Order: sequence, then structure tokens, then C-alpha cells
Amino acid sequence: MAKKDLLLEIGLEEMPARFVTSSSEQLSNKVQAWLMEKKIAFDHITAFSTPRRLAVLVEGVAESQEDIHEEAKGPAKKIALDVNGEWSKAAIGFSRGQGANVEDIFFKEINGVEYVHVKKFIKGQETITLLPELEHIITAMTFPKNMRWADKEMRYVRPIKWLLALYGNEVVPFSIATVETGNTTMGHRFLGNKIEIVEANEYEKSLLGQYVIVNYDERKSAIVSQLKRIEEENNWIIPIDEDLLEEVTNLVEYPTALFGRFEEEFLEIPEEVLITSMKEHQRYFPVKSAGDKLLPYFVTVRNGGHEHIDKVAKGNEKVLRARLSDASFFYKEDQKTEINASLEKLNAIVYHEEIGTLSEKVARVRNLANEMADVLVFSAEEKVIVDRAAEIAKFDLVTNMVYEFPELQGFMGEKYALQKGEKQEVAKAINEHYMPRNADDETPNSPAGAALSIAEKMDTIASCFAIGIIPSGSQDPYALRRQATGIVQTLLNKEWGISLEWLIHTALKHMEAAGIAKKDIGEISNDMVAFFKLRIKHILQEKRIRYDLIEAVLGNEIRALPSLVKKAEVLEAAKEQLDFKENIEALSRVLNISAKAEKESPINRDLFENEFEKQLYSKYMLVNEQFEQELSENEAFDLLISMKPEIDQYFDHTMVMAESQEIRVNRLSQMAVIARLIKRFANMNEIIVK
Amino acid sequence: MNIQNMILTLQKHWSEQGCILMQSYDVEKGAGTMSPYTFLRAIGPEPWSVAYVEPSRRPADGRYGDNPNRLYQHHQFQVIMKPSPDNIQELYLESLKKLGIDPLEHDIRFVEDNWENPSLGCAGLGWEVWLDGMEITQFTYFQQVGGLECKPVSVEITYGIERLASYIQDKENVFDLEWTNGFTVRDIFGQPEYEHSKYTFETSDTEMLFNLFTIYEKEAHRQMDEGLVHPAYDYVLKCSHTFNLLDAKGAISVTERTGYIGRCRNLARKIAKTFYEEREKLGFPILQTTKEEK
Repeated sequence: MAKKDLLLEIGLEEMPARFVTSSSEQLSNKVQAWLMEKKIAFDHITAFSTPRRLAVLVEGVAESQEDIHEEAKGPAKKIALDVNGEWSKAAIGFSRGQGANVEDIFFKEINGVEYVHVKKFIKGQETITLLPELEHIITAMTFPKNMRWADKEMRYVRPIKWLLALYGNEVVPFSIATVETGNTTMGHRFLGNKIEIVEANEYEKSLLGQYVIVNYDERKSAIVSQLKRIEEENNWIIPIDEDLLEEVTNLVEYPTALFGRFEEEFLEIPEEVLITSMKEHQRYFPVKSAGDKLLPYFVTVRNGGHEHIDKVAKGNEKVLRARLSDASFFYKEDQKTEINASLEKLNAIVYHEEIGTLSEKVARVRNLANEMADVLVFSAEEKVIVDRAAEIAKFDLVTNMVYEFPELQGFMGEKYALQKGEKQEVAKAINEHYMPRNADDETPNSPAGAALSIAEKMDTIASCFAIGIIPSGSQDPYALRRQATGIVQTLLNKEWGISLEWLIHTALKHMEAAGIAKKDIGEISNDMVAFFKLRIKHILQEKRIRYDLIEAVLGNEIRALPSLVKKAEVLEAAKEQLDFKENIEALSRVLNISAKAEKESPINRDLFENEFEKQLYSKYMLVNEQFEQELSENEAFDLLISMKPEIDQYFDHTMVMAESQEIRVNRLSQMAVIARLIKRFANMNEIIVK
Repeated sequence: MNIQNMILTLQKHWSEQGCILMQSYDVEKGAGTMSPYTFLRAIGPEPWSVAYVEPSRRPADGRYGDNPNRLYQHHQFQVIMKPSPDNIQELYLESLKKLGIDPLEHDIRFVEDNWENPSLGCAGLGWEVWLDGMEITQFTYFQQVGGLECKPVSVEITYGIERLASYIQDKENVFDLEWTNGFTVRDIFGQPEYEHSKYTFETSDTEMLFNLFTIYEKEAHRQMDEGLVHPAYDYVLKCSHTFNLLDAKGAISVTERTGYIGRCRNLARKIAKTFYEEREKLGFPILQTTKEEK
């Protein structure tokens, strides 16, 4: 079949860089889905994008839809023919409905019954007549933020400036918000011109002639190779931040990388400040020496060529100089302020209207961190560090530098604390208490940093739950899920066996004492435990633990997280063993029947009627005794399953639900006692064994 | 090019695009957007195109005339066009050329920057315009003003005069900028910068300012109830400036801050609604005039 190329381009006023890549994929997916839905064959589809355009080139688009041959099934033969063997109304109606005649009818057997059929043929329509529907693809695009402009009703990411829609060399006619399609596109805003695209497949090449690299990947690799060249020529290292690279690629149509310098005296400002200033505010790439030292240079990517590049460099240097002068001023001012004076100011900062001031939060976190240090049996020295770090952890929030660069909270705290003579461990803990800062960040390493990080996050979660801010669906404005995951990961990495329930309860007691809790803290505690269980479940899923094993270990109290994870891993490994099924079945039997125990009484050995009851009892006593010693999770599991022979024998010869109430209660009590021991490991009866 | 010539150039350019040239409005304000020529006129269906210089007071940015980049009072050149013309970006770039900024010799970019002023119930989408990495202009399509949807949409272009001038004149210190032959920014604004900073941070009477805020607020509501939008709006502006003075002095705690911003927002919303109603009562006269012209 004859084919032609299809080109669609939406010309826009500059789109937000962060929307370009996803919007480009969206357009390409939508066009592809439309072609498939319409049964229009094509060879290959390519997406293009720049800040001013989203485009799709579809090569080898068939000139018409595929013809459709199909057999339509009608009524059964006995209904289709009347007693005289004439076509019934049903048959006539069916054939007419299919655009055919009764002469076209043939019979075909389906499951032993003959049915009326007709052959159906639908001629595919010409592609060019269907293409104006592309209008709806463009208007159906969704963006994270839309706007209106002029007197138009339409909402779109930015105003539409032009529309290019070509099939072969023919314009596909439609219009959106009074913009008509045509066969022209715009070159680079300053270096290019308006040009005509004669053939769809000339698009990329024609635009290159107008200083637009319309292929995102090519523009990106052009930037990367320019950065490489600058690196080589100057013997520098230019670390490439992928997010920044993507943003910069989406800010320009014709990239040219260039470098500038700043005064060496600015290197006295902490590196994080310099890097944030360059990256976040100016979209510059910082430059390092081979020895990983920051150098007084930066690299920026211009939207244009090499002409007057010195002027551009000079302008950028001027801007950075002004920014760094500001930063340097703030840095010097901050150094004049004592930590105590900063802490004083935290009294005036409301953390949340219903939760109180930052000072109050700091006091609660400090209490919790100290209580943790006791439980974790920190040394006297470590306790002093935790206490001091907790006391001053938030002082940097009122410094000029953090006011200007909020993302530097903690980093500045560490720097300033050191300068003001705090212990190194204290300073480090201040920085670490914000960790993990995002999903990819590490957890805190130092004991004080980890304890403080957990205490701070637990306080945040507890205070939010206390006033009814509970994440649901996509609603999690305070990022409580991330913080809970941070707590869990920190506990796991530090292998701290502190009980999660204890942490939750202790944090909530402080809420109660401060009058923050809106309801009974027992209830809030249940909500929090459920919330944490979901996070833990997620972490276990990432460790590829089977679903039912996760349910089994999460069935009871969480307590020590490292142990909980190890239990799950022990089960995950054990499930491959041949005797896993029978072991779990034995333990499950105890758990299942123990649920029938209504009242428990002390076990009376005199009521045992057979030796198997006695044997199980002695086995249990033995295992229970060993459980009191320090056991690895593997050993604990092995001990539990070592009861299997006794359990099996017991059930083979003992009727738990005996007639005599006295004996029944005694037997159920024994089951309950053993069940409790098993549940200390996991709810084995949640495990699916086949 | 000195600042005076920059202003004359911009005025001529935008006058040629059909903008009414206005003078700055005579009540203190933090930004050109707060002038009634923008805030009120962006509301409702009547077309409106205007350009003016607006001295903008930012008490918190006062630095006693010591800081080379910060000013208690800077100047904005403000353009409003409603409905936003299709070629507004091109019109803007032409104005830069007239200021001697040839786009071919620089790196000019439109970088996403959405503007929101919750205290006035305003929201807009647009860009900051970068000239070789420096933000020289705010470019905004108003979507909402005083809590009302903008229909049609106005486009607002705000040039930072001193920023732009420091680039054009290649000066590191804002006070060294030449305003006109023989006069620098220091000559004209040096003393006021120092005095206003001292006043803001040291000598202002906090209690009096708190009282004034309440008095202004009450009067604004009272005049609005009379349907007198413009006198009421003057008091809204006074409230806003008084709040800024108190805030700069650190007299308002964070909790109170939320409360004050809420009060300003209520005023702004009420006044936007009142203005719309009063124009409607008059039959949106500018809409009538332009229809007749057509």
C-alpha cells in the first residue's frame, strides 16, 4: 500500500522546562494510539521537542485504513428459517443490519449449532480524510499546569503560536484557538526564520538550518560533548547532574556551552552554598579540579551560537558575582550571631498552629532523643552529644543563609556549629538529622545523628497524627510517608533493636503532655502502628519477600525491626526446603486451635491423659527455656519447628475439644501457651503452603 | 543609556503599541502590580492597555544605602495589556532592542516563573526573562486577580529598571547608575535610602503602625460598603504598606503574620468584587467605547 510521512508540530510560547520531556512522550503516545485505533498502518514514530515546540514525525503512514474482512454471526439456523424453509424476519433483519442481503447468508456451525453468518467487508477510509481528528489529540493533551490567554476559552500549557500538520506534502486542515494549521514552522527565536516544510521527513534537517536541534537526545548529547571538550581543554572535572542536564536541554533550542569565572575569595563560602547558588539559581554546572576541589569557574549553556560569547560570559559572571556577594555577606553576618541568640528566635516561629512553635518541637525531640539514648544504652559521652545536638539542631533555620537557601538546612548548621566551637560529633548530628533527605539519600551514620534523626521524624509524624493530619491517597503534604520510611531504614541500617511501639508510644506521650493530642493516644498509636506497618510491608516487598510471609511477620507487634526483617528472610529461605510445608502445617494447627481457647488456666499436668500430652509439654518447656536466651532468628525458627514431631503425635492421639470441660480447658490452655511462643516469631498460620 | 532615557524609550515604545501612558500612582506600594491601574483594571471584561513607571517600596530590602544590590525603593516599568496580544513576546523583545540590547549578542531566555500573591488573591503564569543569566523582567499572564478569574486575560510586563540599567551601564553598584547627565542614583536617592532604612528598622513607632493598620482597614471596609472603590483601595494600599513596615521591623510574629495576610486578602477580594460590580452598574463603559470604534 502507498505510504506517506506524517508530521505534526505544536508551536508554543516557551514551555516550562520541567514539562517538556513528559509532554513530548505524551503527544507521541497519543498519536500512536490514535493510529492503531484507526487501523492506520505506519512504520516508525519519532518524538521531537524544544522549549517552543512539541512534534511527532510518523514515517510510512498508509494512505488508507486497513480494509476490514470479518464474518458477522446472526441467529441460529432454526430461527432463521421458518417452517416453510423461507427466511424469517429475524434473518432478513440481520442481513440488512449488516448491509447485506439474504443471498449473502451462509451457515456455520458453532458448538454443534448452525448459525447464520454473512461476510462483512468494510473499506478503509482514506487517511487524509481522518487526519483532521489530530485536532482532538492536541486539545486532549494534559499538563501539570494550564493557563488561559487573551480572550480564548482554551486552557493549555502556554499559548499556541502555530500549528504544522503535514501528510506527505499536503496540509492537514484544522484550527485550534483561532490558529490554523499550515506547512510552516519557526526557526530559532533570534537566529532563525519562519520556514516552509515541503516534505514531512525534511523537518529535522530544515530546522537544523534554522538553528534548532529539534531532537531532545541530540541536543542533550551535544551539550554533553561540549562539556567534555571544556573539561579536556582546561583539565577540569565537570560533574554532570542528570536533572540539571535535562532542565538545561529543555531551556535551549541551540546549545552552546561556555565558561566564566568568579573571584577566588568567594571560595571561602561553603561549597554547598556555592554549588546551590550556581545550580539552583543560575542553572550553571560547577567546575572541579582533578582532586575534587571546587574551582572558581562555572559552565553555562547558552541558547545560541558562538557569536559574542565573551559578552554572554561576562554578563553571567556579573550575575553570579552579585549573588555570591550576597551569600558572602550573609555568611559573615551569620558568623556574628551566637547559637543561643538564634535559638531564642525559634520561640517566635510557629511550626504549625495546632502543634506549636519550633522551640516546643525542639524540646520534645530532645526529650525523645535522650530517652532513646537511655534505651539504646549509649555511653555517657554519647549521651552528652545527643543532648547537645538535639538542643541546637534547628538553630540554623533562622540564619540568613538558610533563609536564602532553604535546601541548605542542616549543612549550614554543621558548618556554623563547628565554627562556634561545638564538638565535631554534635555538628555532624545536626546535619545528619535531616537524613535521609530523599528516597536516594543515605541514612545517618553517627549514633547521635541517627538517634536524633529518628526522634525528629517520629515527633513530626506523631504530632501530625495527633492533630489528624494522616496521609491518604495522594495526600501527604508533610511527606510523612517518606519520614516513616526514613525511620525504618535508619533503624535497620543501625541494627537497632529498639521497639517501634515503644518509640511511637513515647513520642505520643509527649503530645499528650503538651496538650496537642486531639484524641486518646491509644487510638492514635494504633493508627501510627498501622501506618508504619504499610511502610515496612513496602520495604519487605522490595526485599522480594513473598507476600504471605510479610503478613505472617507483621501479624503481631513489630517491636525490633532488624529482627522482624531477619525473620522474614529466614522464612523466605526456609520456604524452599522440603519439610517447610509440614513444619508450618504443624505450627499452624496449634495456632488455629488455640483461637478456640476462651479462658486460660494454668496447665495442670495431672489432667494429662496420654503420654503425648506430656511429651509436648516437656518439649515446649525446653524450647521456651531456650527462647529466653539470646537466639538468632534462624535458631529461633529451628527451635520452633523442632516441636513438629511432638505436635503431630499430640494431634494424632489427643482430642483437644474433649467432652470434659476441665480437660478441654486444660488442653486449650496448653495450645494457647505454645501459640504465644510461636507468634513471637510470626503468625505461621498466615503462610500459604500447598 | 541613562535611566531617564531608558524610561523615555520604553514609554515611546509602549505608547506606539497603543498603551495609555500613565504616571505613577501616589500611594505607597510594594510593586507596580498593586497600582489600581493594574490591580483593578485587570478585573472585568473591559480592554485596557497602559504603561507607567512605579516606584516600589520594599521596607525589608532597605540597607541604609550600603548594599550595592538592594534598595528600600526601586523602580519598575510596568506594562499591562488586556486582552494579551498574540505577539506580546515579540513586542517585548523589540523594546529590548530599542534599549540597545541586541538579542544576537546576548543570551535571552524565557524561564518558567509563576507568580502568586496570596495576600491579594492573585495568580499568574509566565516567565522571568533572563539576559545572560540575569532576571530583568517578570512576564505574567494574569489568571486570577482579587480572587476573580481574569476574562479576558491581561499580560503584565514588569521591567526592573535598576537591574536593567546596571547591565546596560555596566555598573556593579546600583548607586553609581546614571539617572541623567550629571546625576546618579546616589545623588537622588542616597539620603532617602538611609533615612527610610533607619526609620523602618529603628525609629518607627510600632504601636502607632499597629493602630494605623486597624484604622486603615476599617476605613477601607466602610468606603467599600458605600460602593466607593477608589478611596477604599487607597486604604487597602496603606494597610499593605503599614504591614510591610511592621513585618520588616520583625514586629509581627509568624502566627500573627498569617492573620494579617488574611486580613489583606479579605480586603483585596472584597474590593475586586466591588470594583466589578460598580463597573457593571456603569455598563462597562470602555467596552462600549471600543465597540463603537469598531
